[in-house]
Amino acid sequence: MSTLLEVNDLSVYYGVIQALKGISFHVDKGEIVALIGANGAGKTTTLHTLSGLLEPKEGSVKYNGQELTKIAPHKIVKLGMAQVPEGRRVFAEMTVYQNLKLGAYTRHNATEFADTLNMVYSRFPRLKERQYQLAGTLSGGEQQMLAMGRALMSHPDIILMDEPSMGLSPIFVNEIFDIIKSVNQEGVTVLLVEQNAKKALAIANRAYVLETGSIVLEGNANDLLNNPSIQKAYLGE
Amino acid sequence: MINFLTYLINGISLGSIYAIIALGYTMVYGIAKMLNFAHGDVIMIGGYLIYTFATTYGMHPLLSILIAIVGCTILGITTEKIAYKPLRNASSNLAVLITAIGVSYFLQNIALLIFGANTKSFSSVVSWKIQLLGGEVIIQGITIVTILTSLVILLLLELFIKFTKSGQAMLAVSEDKGAATLMGINVNRTISLTFAIGSGLAAIAGALLCSAYPTLTPYTGAMPGIKAFVAAVLGGIGSIPGAMIGGLLLGVVEILSKRYISTQLADAIVFGILIIILLVKPTGLLGKNIQEKV
Repeated sequence: MSTLLEVNDLSVYYGVIQALKGISFHVDKGEIVALIGANGAGKTTTLHTLSGLLEPKEGSVKYNGQELTKIAPHKIVKLGMAQVPEGRRVFAEMTVYQNLKLGAYTRHNATEFADTLNMVYSRFPRLKERQYQLAGTLSGGEQQMLAMGRALMSHPDIILMDEPSMGLSPIFVNEIFDIIKSVNQEGVTVLLVEQNAKKALAIANRAYVLETGSIVLEGNANDLLNNPSIQKAYLGE
Repeated sequence: MINFLTYLINGISLGSIYAIIALGYTMVYGIAKMLNFAHGDVIMIGGYLIYTFATTYGMHPLLSILIAIVGCTILGITTEKIAYKPLRNASSNLAVLITAIGVSYFLQNIALLIFGANTKSFSSVVSWKIQLLGGEVIIQGITIVTILTSLVILLLLELFIKFTKSGQAMLAVSEDKGAATLMGINVNRTISLTFAIGSGLAAIAGALLCSAYPTLTPYTGAMPGIKAFVAAVLGGIGSIPGAMIGGLLLGVVEILSKRYISTQLADAIVFGILIIILLVKPTGLLGKNIQEKV
């Protein structure tokens, strides 16, 4: 398998506080890689840095061999990296359809847009039913689907997902994880950030454990699932 | 009754000018989340540009308005780049607010330096008038042109925002800059575009204002700027229809109170209304209630 994303020695600061202390990890093409850890471990910081919303002080992010830290953040989507941000962050004052259209902001082909829209609507029939409704009126689970659909509209090679299960009812949580799996089976690489470590490890190939800005453990998702210290710290067993 | 009608139409016309200025305030606030207190002075610069090209160089008024629109657009984009953009991530919003006030004085003093303190008499870009009811009601052409212009601007803006990619990008940036960036939207470019549109509108407002009230000094833009800001807040800052309604309301109240109550008290009444409306509805007439859904 070839490496799609390679992060080396990444350090990020908020003012004087160091949020990431030189982390390194990689994601291979076609994988689901989970990044697990407690609140404040630096998971969201990592994803924001990958997408260019935060500037690292040191380190490199190589995507398809290209250095991302030197690229303007709005150009990163066009290279094939989309993000489903924490808390969904759908555009509440706009309709579902307008949100999806913004997801395809970097794509300029009308037929491709129509095809992708159909693909997203068939994956999320509920979004089609509510396409002219304001996104702010959707339930949390529906907003999560919209955020995913919006990311898919950009034809990504890799999707970064930040806490997709946060605040959702158990039924929706299962549905969201099924969707992540099936999106991955269709060839999209996934970097999944989750507090729900059990669910994340169940669908991931590999995982990294982040603790106060450093990676403390990495390995096969199955091995980590059976690791006693992980079970104690993150799986509540 | 007939007098009242004339005053009402004049009020709507003045209100339309406030509305056009308020659109600039409200769009910039909605997207860059800053109050551009130099916005009124861009109107004044627009006025001087038109005056220079139309009166001094004898160009066609429409051509000089066009030059003023281009000039003010460039001025708006440049000010944003030089003065506001470096402060966008400043820890306090106060920094950019104070800078905007500084830019305001800067523009006034530049005008003072170039054009002097003397009042310039501006010749209206519209000279015809219409008579109704056998000459009992005379309506200046500029009044009609002003009202129509503001309606056309409002319509074009709504269409632009609803149906163009850049318009949708503006909405996205106004809601969430980070999420907009994740869509591939160039936030800096979108903010520049907003300043460009707002400043272009200010030039149009300058042409209309100076035609209706044909005196031009370096301070011409200051008071209408403040009143348009009030109009934007009254209508609900960030809302385009709100700016329109706020502007019209303010213009009508101002003219009617000048005629029927007191010329001196008119401004006090205008600002008094602002205070009352904000006490009752702090977000303005069409302002959004900020709700967080988790």
